This record gives sequence, C-alpha cells and structure tokens, in this order.
Amino acid sequence: MTSTLKLAARNLLRYRRRTLLTALLITLGVTALLLFVAAAGSFKQTMVGSITDSMLGHLQVHRKGYTQSIDNLPLNMSLQPNAVSKIESALKADPEVAAYSLRVKLGAMFSNFTENTSIRLNGVDPVAEDAALPGLRQRINEGDKSGPLVEPGKVLIPTLLARGMKVKVGDSVVLVVTNASGSVNGKNFIVGGVLDAITGPGGRDGYIHINDARELLRMDKPEVMEIAVRLKTIGKLSEVQQRLNSKLDEIRNKEDKPATELHTWSDLSPFANIVRMIDLMTLFIRIMLIAIVLVSVMNVMLMAVYERIREIGTLAAIGTQPGKLMAIFLSEGLLLGLVGAAAGIAISYALVAFLNVSPLVFNFGREQITLYPHLDLIEVLGVLGLAVLVSALASLQPAWRAARMDPIQALRHV
Amino acid sequence: MALIQATNITKNYRVGDEDVPALRGLSFEIGEGAFAAFVGPSGSGKSTLLNLIGCLDHPTSGTLLVNGTDISTLSRSSAATFRGEHLGFVFQDFNLVPVLSAYENIEYPLLMVRGWSPEKRRERVMKMIAAVDMTEQAHKRPDQMSGGQKQRVAVARALVGEPRLVLADEPTANLDHDTAYRILNLMKTMRDDYGTSFIFSTHDPKIMHEAELTFTLEDGRLQSEGVAA
Repeated sequence: MTSTLKLAARNLLRYRRRTLLTALLITLGVTALLLFVAAAGSFKQTMVGSITDSMLGHLQVHRKGYTQSIDNLPLNMSLQPNAVSKIESALKADPEVAAYSLRVKLGAMFSNFTENTSIRLNGVDPVAEDAALPGLRQRINEGDKSGPLVEPGKVLIPTLLARGMKVKVGDSVVLVVTNASGSVNGKNFIVGGVLDAITGPGGRDGYIHINDARELLRMDKPEVMEIAVRLKTIGKLSEVQQRLNSKLDEIRNKEDKPATELHTWSDLSPFANIVRMIDLMTLFIRIMLIAIVLVSVMNVMLMAVYERIREIGTLAAIGTQPGKLMAIFLSEGLLLGLVGAAAGIAISYALVAFLNVSPLVFNFGREQITLYPHLDLIEVLGVLGLAVLVSALASLQPAWRAARMDPIQALRHV
Repeated sequence: MALIQATNITKNYRVGDEDVPALRGLSFEIGEGAFAAFVGPSGSGKSTLLNLIGCLDHPTSGTLLVNGTDISTLSRSSAATFRGEHLGFVFQDFNLVPVLSAYENIEYPLLMVRGWSPEKRRERVMKMIAAVDMTEQAHKRPDQMSGGQKQRVAVARALVGEPRLVLADEPTANLDHDTAYRILNLMKTMRDDYGTSFIFSTHDPKIMHEAELTFTLEDGRLQSEGVAA
C-alpha cells in the first residue's frame, strides 16, 4: 500500500503544473464550500440565537388553535389555570427544560396624550422572562439594563414606536385595551425602556408586567396565552418536543381532545424557511464541489492513462496484476483529492481565524449582524471525505481502463 | 522436457473483415539454458511469436507449452502471475518507469509483483545491480542514463526475479554497435551465471550470429533452424 502511494505521488509530481492546477481547483472548491458553511452557520446561529433568546424561546405552548389566530391576539383562547398548572408540572419534570415564562398577550392602543397608535404587548413575569429569554435584556437600547426586566407600572416599547410617537424613557403614556367581554380599560404607564426591533413575529412587541396585563384585561383568574420554554440544549429540541407532546396530550378539553399545542421556534418563525434556504444553498455548493472534483480529477487521470499507455503495457508485461495497476491509478486520484482538500481545509481554517479577528458586519432587516464564522470538525471531516471519495470515483473509470488494457496494444502505442 | 514446445501454432489478426495470418503453423522446441534468436525481416512474425511465448497473447490454433504450461488456457490474471513468476522481458525502447531510479526499476518486480520483504529485495537488487555494473548509477533516473545503461537496468529488471526465461524484443535496435555487443555479452554471462534461457528477436545479421540457436522466420513461417558452430 505504501509503495503504491509512493509511486502515485511520484507520478503526480511528474506533471507538476497539471497536478498543481487540479489540486488548486479542488482547494478553491473546498475553501469556498467551507467558508460558506462557516459564514452561513454563524449567520444561522446568530439569527436563531436572537430569535430564541430574545423573542420566542425554543418551544411555545398555547391553547389549541391559538397560533392560527395569533395575529389577532385572541383573548378568548387563553390557557386556564388548571391547564397551566399541569403544563408547568410537565415542564418542571423534564430534565432538559432550563426555564419557562408565562405570558399574557394582548393588543392595546398606545397614547402619548397627543397621538394614538396600536401596540402588541406581552405581559410577563420579569424574573421568569429573564430566565427563559436571556437575550431580551440585551435588546434594551435606552433605559436601565441592570434592574428588573420590567417593573409594574412600566412598559418596554420598540424603537420604531418610540421614535414615531416621540416618546423616551421616563415619559408617561396610556395603554387602553378592550377585554374579552368587550369593555374598555386604560392605565397610565411610564416608559421603562426602548427595545431594538428584531426580525420575526414578536420582534416589535412591547412588554409590561404580567400583573398589569391581567389588571388591564380585568382577568378574574390567572389566565395565560403563551408559555415560552427555554431548553438547556437546543440540539435536543426534537427529543424534548416529542416527550412534552406526549405529556401535554394528556391535557384534554371537554370534547376529550388535546387542549394544548406545542410548537418549536422554527414552526413559529419565518426565519426557519431562510435556514432551509441556506441549507439548500449549501447542498448546491456541495454539488458544485462534487462536480469540480469529479471533472478535474477525471480529466487529469484520463490524461495520465493516455500518456502512460506504453508504461502500463510494460508494467502489465512484467507481471503486474490488473488489480495492482488499478490501485496505482486510483491512488493517484485519491492523493490528488486528499492534497487539494487538505490544502483547502488549511486555508479555510486560516481565513476563518482571520474573520474572527476582523469580523464581517452587515445589516439584515433592521438588525446589524456580526458574523463570527466557525468550522465544525464534523463538517470539515465530511468535506474532506467527500472530496476524497469523489476523487476516487473520478479515478475509477481511468484506472479500470488502465487495468483492462491489452499489454500488446499498449506496448505498441506510440 | 523442453522449456518451450510449439506444435503447429498459428496466429491470425482480424483486419477489417479479413483474417490476416501472422504465424502459419510453427512447430519447434527450445531447451533449458538456450541463447536463441528469432530472426527475419520486419513483418516476418518475430514479435508475434515472442508475444505468444511471453503469454501476452494466445495462439489462434496449435499448442504452445512454456515451462510445461499450455499458455492458451491462462486467464488474464493467471497469465500476469505466470509472467511475474517465470518470465522476464527486455524491450527495444528499454521501457523503464521514468519516475523510478535504476535501483527502484530493478526492485519493481520484487516489490509490486512478488511482494518480497525489504531485506530480501535489497539483497537481490544489490546483487543484480552489481552484476550489470550499475552500482554507481543506482540512484539515477532513466532520463539521466545513456541507452546502454538503460538497457543494462532493463536486463537486471528482467533477471531480478530469477525467471526461467527472458524474452527480448529487438534489445539492441536502439543501441550503437559496441553497446549492442556489450548488452548481448551481458545477457550471455547472465545465462551462464544464472542458467536463465534468453530468446531475443533481431533483424540485424551481425547480432543474430551471437545467438547459439537461431530460428529464421519469413512471412509467418519457420524457414530454418540453426545451431551456431
């Protein structure tokens, strides 16, 4: 095996320029793929982190049918206290659940005493919301970041609304709501903070204390519209979803049908489709890499076989078995792929390290995203394996041709 | 038993719709330790006959026994094994592997065909390289050697596995006269030292007189068989 590889390496070095150009092509393909994967991975991670840590959580529990009409923020589709209690028991019992936050969601009229506009609000318990959505606090761009997330009597409002209504932290505003029975109620609030908007549902919501929300809505019992759940590891999302689904399925309504619904962040955010698009693009780039390696290695190996016909005839004449001849040419292709891919991986690691020192910053919607690309070892090994495998496949036909060559015809070749 | 026993062998090549005969019913025997030549003009069938004896091709009809084996029964892989174990080849154009040194070219059959251990290989290669007087040039690659040096390496490569028979197709055609004689003398010495039979083809009358046994071919037929005085 070593002698075959040694001979293959010498043969590759025989045509230095051709070998270098082909290896360079593979290197470029591998570098392009790995850089795309690293940058796209960072983008996905940043966006998914932003969505799950400051807006949706990893999972959400609602009353059955609530998400279908979530745009209207229906008040008559809340989870009743006994259901909430059962859900909380299930969440507390699950070892992968890190925290959860009960939310009362409502729509309100926002007034600065001279102008009115509408606002979507989340009534939250500041401690629970902080634990379940640790990134929400980071979105406060004006106001106190260090105190409680939202105090009773205060409201966190999105930047656009603050700008449009010309209000700032400390200003007095009025929130007016219509409750489930149709009566209108209003309350004065102090602007406690201004939040950066982020892309996706709930990215421009305001926040008040859950007790204020219940008071505004004149709830006579502690109803909840939404429970945002944070997991210890996002990688175990499907596993936890499956486990919780079977437990939540036991909570039944009067018709003995499931009373709740459980959704992952990707079910609720349109960004999940962008993630799928990125994954699809990665697949296309992977296919391009396969094509580059396949065509370049096959071309080189076909040339190598054509140029060495007499040599093949000689080696066959002196007793080299067809299998050994095939191994010599397969090793050449394999080595070419391996060297090209290894160089591509080395360059990718260097570029990724550089991009972590001088990160790429760009705007996505109203957000500014800073990419810190990261290369996953499994991904790197996968790309290396892919390049080597495709190189071997590309060499298969030329190697087979060499092995099947008639020694007499080969020796006669000029 | 004769090393080579040919009985009424023919070989036809298909050209278009026609069968063109290259060998027409040849029968002969060559014994152990022979230093024989197939002579004749171009197209007389010398190379075809060497290819058949070298298990590179099958006769169209007739029987050809090489070292007691009917070569027409060998598969592609068995023929390669047979060649690797019993035969050595020397080519007109030397046909050394360009990326290997003289030492590595001689070592090749032991390494890639026989799979010998490194110590055993080294011992044998050093012996052969000394026998062809190429020790000083062992590290040189073919493009750094003269024609005579290349052919000496080729002879050493053919003999390194101690085959029963070495087949040489016009081994001196690309060499000057002096070098050609030196190569023939080297082959003869090797025959004397190792007992290996040599069969070579030539159309050069001066070279053919060096053979101890000559088979003259013409138009695919054996015209005469002669023993040197």
